[in-house]
Amino acid sequence: MDIIKKIENEQLRLDMPAFKSGDTVKVYVKIVEGEKTRIQVFEGVVISKTRGGANAHFTVRKISSGIGVERVFPLSSPVLDKIELVSRGRVRRSKIYYLRDLRGKAARIKELRN
Amino acid sequence: MVRGMLGKKLGMTGVYASDGKYLPVTVVKVGPCFVTQIKSESVDGYNAIQLGFEDKKENRTTKALKGHFKKSGDKCFSHLKEFLVEKPDEYSLGQEITLDMFEIGELVEVTGTSKGRGFSGTIRRHGFSRGPESHGCRNHRAPGSVGCSAWPSKVVRGKKMPGQFGVDKRTVRNLEIVDIRSEDNVILVKGQVPGSKSGLIEIKRPMF
Repeated sequence: MDIIKKIENEQLRLDMPAFKSGDTVKVYVKIVEGEKTRIQVFEGVVISKTRGGANAHFTVRKISSGIGVERVFPLSSPVLDKIELVSRGRVRRSKIYYLRDLRGKAARIKELRN
Repeated sequence: MVRGMLGKKLGMTGVYASDGKYLPVTVVKVGPCFVTQIKSESVDGYNAIQLGFEDKKENRTTKALKGHFKKSGDKCFSHLKEFLVEKPDEYSLGQEITLDMFEIGELVEVTGTSKGRGFSGTIRRHGFSRGPESHGCRNHRAPGSVGCSAWPSKVVRGKKMPGQFGVDKRTVRNLEIVDIRSEDNVILVKGQVPGSKSGLIEIKRPMF
């Protein structure tokens, strides 16, 4: 079992910032087009985060030209260039799926200030 | 080149490929194996080498096996298996064979003993469909009719019926080697491998 743990720990990316549900993040995704790679930014609110070592992933939701778009990213994937924490949000639960039913002003999240 | 080696299934996990794909992999401990006997065409009628895997205490070994192991060295092994070779003269008794014979990206066959499920019905064993649970139905998990009447007056051979399921020798072909870690004697194979964790497996190249 130790070897399996070792393999999983080697996959982990420790360069990612700590963030929680409700935070707004910028995710820089590497995209391969033919031989070139470019970086695309996906900015939105983290609405869920799952555990699971190297298989942990998180969901980011944003409103793109009036339509809600959600993307699921593996936290340790080599496709991610970096994650930037834009702001912290104050939410009471870890899965804020209720945001999907809210529009406009109601869908705002209070910023967390220390 | 020897066709295969003995190993042990350690469990499953996932690894990321460089393009970001998360590959399901089985972690297999392969070798090191030791040559315990060499069979040649002139003496035995075919070319093969017998490999020993995993040490066994000498006091747990029978006298007959001890005599056999003495010919190849002072080690005793718990598992023995023959593998075909093309040129048996390339090998010497007691020689260590490691997983360096495999390459990353190669397709291999893995043979193991599947997990035992005991005496199982037709639904679990053969994927038959079940009957309704209620509305007065009395056929829930029954296998149904097993044949015709006066002709042929017997059940056809090979009819799928309840019985022992699992603990069979099973081979999975065309499994890709994702990674080889020679420092741990571990190979990562893409996909599933028959059997339970710590089950004995053979990992082989496709037939020459």
